[in-house]
Amino acid sequence: MRSTLARAGSGLRWYLKQATGEAKWDEYLDHCQRHGHEPMTRKEFERQRADRRENDPQSRCC
Amino acid sequence: MSTTTQQSPSRRMTPKSMAVWGAVALVGAVCWTVLALSRGEEVSALWILFAALASYAIAYRFYARFIAYRVLGVDDRRATPAERLHNGADFDVTDRRVLFGHHFAAIAGAGPLVGPVLAAQMGYLPGTIWIIVGVIFAGAVQDMVVLFFSMRRDGKSLGQMVREEIGVVGGIAALIAVFAIMIIILAVLALVVVNALAESPWGVFSISLTIPIALFMGYYLRYLRPGRVMEVTAIGVALLLLAIIGGGYVEEMGLSEALTLSPEKLTLGLVLYGFVASILPVWMLLTPRDYLSTFMKIGVIVLLAIGLVISAPVLENQAVTDFALEGTGPVFAGKLFPFVFITIACGALSGFHALISSGTTPKMVAKESQVRMIGYGGMLMESFVAISALIAASVIDQGLYFAINSPAGVTGGEPGTAAEFVRSLGFTISPADLTAAAESIQEESLISRTGGAPTLAFGISLIFSSAFGSGLAAFWYHFAIMFEALFILTAVDAGTRVGRFMLQDTIGNFWPKYGDISWKPASWSASAIVVGMWGYMLYVGVTDPLGGINQLFPLFGISNQLLAAIALTLCVTLLFKHGKAKWAWVPGVALAWDLIVTMTASYQKVFSDDPKIGYFTQRSTYQAALDNGELLAPATDTSQMQQIITNSTVNGVLQALFALLTLVVVVNAVVIWVRAWRSGGLPTTEVPAEPSHLVAPSDFFATAEEKRAVREWEASQGDLVGDRR
Repeated sequence: MRSTLARAGSGLRWYLKQATGEAKWDEYLDHCQRHGHEPMTRKEFERQRADRRENDPQSRCC
Repeated sequence: MSTTTQQSPSRRMTPKSMAVWGAVALVGAVCWTVLALSRGEEVSALWILFAALASYAIAYRFYARFIAYRVLGVDDRRATPAERLHNGADFDVTDRRVLFGHHFAAIAGAGPLVGPVLAAQMGYLPGTIWIIVGVIFAGAVQDMVVLFFSMRRDGKSLGQMVREEIGVVGGIAALIAVFAIMIIILAVLALVVVNALAESPWGVFSISLTIPIALFMGYYLRYLRPGRVMEVTAIGVALLLLAIIGGGYVEEMGLSEALTLSPEKLTLGLVLYGFVASILPVWMLLTPRDYLSTFMKIGVIVLLAIGLVISAPVLENQAVTDFALEGTGPVFAGKLFPFVFITIACGALSGFHALISSGTTPKMVAKESQVRMIGYGGMLMESFVAISALIAASVIDQGLYFAINSPAGVTGGEPGTAAEFVRSLGFTISPADLTAAAESIQEESLISRTGGAPTLAFGISLIFSSAFGSGLAAFWYHFAIMFEALFILTAVDAGTRVGRFMLQDTIGNFWPKYGDISWKPASWSASAIVVGMWGYMLYVGVTDPLGGINQLFPLFGISNQLLAAIALTLCVTLLFKHGKAKWAWVPGVALAWDLIVTMTASYQKVFSDDPKIGYFTQRSTYQAALDNGELLAPATDTSQMQQIITNSTVNGVLQALFALLTLVVVVNAVVIWVRAWRSGGLPTTEVPAEPSHLVAPSDFFATAEEKRAVREWEASQGDLVGDRR
């Protein structure tokens, strides 16, 4: 049985990975594996995400 | 038209939950009573904090739930755009708690920190009441309802919805209003930074270093270790802390002369920075700095909440000052009504949030019922930030508060004259104490450091010193300045870029080539126009002899609240069109109050006979004096006289324009309300319902029932669920 502290720790890690978008890469690898695609490199993958952000500016409020 | 509405998951309240909510209500009632009855005695700041928390909890549990299930009719059997249009990019099913974080990071900024600090000149009570009551009945309602309606329209923007649901006239007025208001907001935010950094070599040193730090992070993420955001953010934060500590040694490094910049130089620097930052690729500067500022934002807010509880400071501020009733306060002119309600915009009601609630967030919501925790809950959190800022400003000695926040034109900028001015207001502080306060945080002077940021930073440093040990006051002060400046700069970057896209899009309607966002001549010139506009307003503020914050902040507050009026008008319109006229009062109450406040304030700013309040009376007073060859204080020469005349004309015209544009939208909408009322509803652009196949909890904490449903669903989906915890 995992202790509460370890659970909180892994919960936080999960949250940060999701919030920073790092989890996207894992999800993508997962996706490729399920569908038998050859995944692109992480550099290419992140570059695509950055390019998308370029054309979709997120407003930051006051 | 609306489909069958889902039944609220309203199990009858168990005895246990009745007892818990009864206790919360009791705590809230006791706190409010103490705040209402305490006068002239020592009042702990914790009463405010717990009055707020108890009120939020009750509003969230009961009112927000009522709005979600009864008024809006959220329906979890209906697929959200994130589920239907999933593309892994902008449409993306996102865990509710993660989306809450994203949404909060996007809506929270300097607004809820600065407004309450300025409003503290009227005492702590008016601000406290407005922040709490305002968020419950107006701000959080707006955010949630706009989020819901945009989600039902595949994430359409506020401007698009106004055009399609209200009319072309209203749509064009809304588009111009959104753009113009954004320019003012950027200018005022930039003004806050300029005022915080002017003549402060430590501040300039630390903030300047954020640029190379962010560039390094961008390079790291692009070339060295792509995608490792957490790791690079940790490095960035460590470097940031070093930059703050390093700032304490500017004197020893011989840089203090070179980094002591005048407000004019800083303005030029900011304008150039804003232009370059908005045309650079986002990965270089904007994205990495956004990671830093989000981290700092959340970190400071959490620290401040902990610090407040540990130190339990006593409020130095009065409950209600004489300025509230007489309208003669030096920080901004005008009486409690309407000016408290426009000075505190963000934190109680912020129109700008409607732009975030209709755009990115609605495309990521997993289940409809989650709009309650994300829209309403996110805004409650922002309101809590505003309450913390109000407390931080209210624990400062009142003499010092007014010395910091009164324009240089009246304080004279020297300890002696400032102490004398503060005495004339009815407070006391000695010149020696003023100097000592500045020395305690290693600044040259605190006198007339208007804009709210220095006051807040001073308050935060008091609270942190008392909670976490003394001796670090100067570090905490500059830490707080850094935290504010960092996310203001991020907002300026992002805002300029959004403005550029809006401008290119609009001009692109007539000249398609210009709308091509990758065409350099278009993007560069559009950026230059946007930066030029807010840069001009910033310059107006920086050089205004009457004090830029004093002159521009009301314009900023009113325009933000007018944007809220447009958003709330849309909410009312849509309830009418969906045949839910009986619920139109929910956003309607907020709209009515907001219109009363903003129209009174706009009227006073345009037509008041008092030259301190009315822009045009101000103009004619100074013009008449100039014609007679006289000088009116605080102007010291004819060019300053001329400047005041130009500035008040510009401000007055903008003020009148914003109010008119809002009225156009409202009048256009009223026509629709009447038509929809008569026919019991009108067709809308709501996307037809499609069944949802996702299962996810509604609220922050999943119930046992929801957890079971999620487990069963995940089991039935096999591998397809993907990487969930």
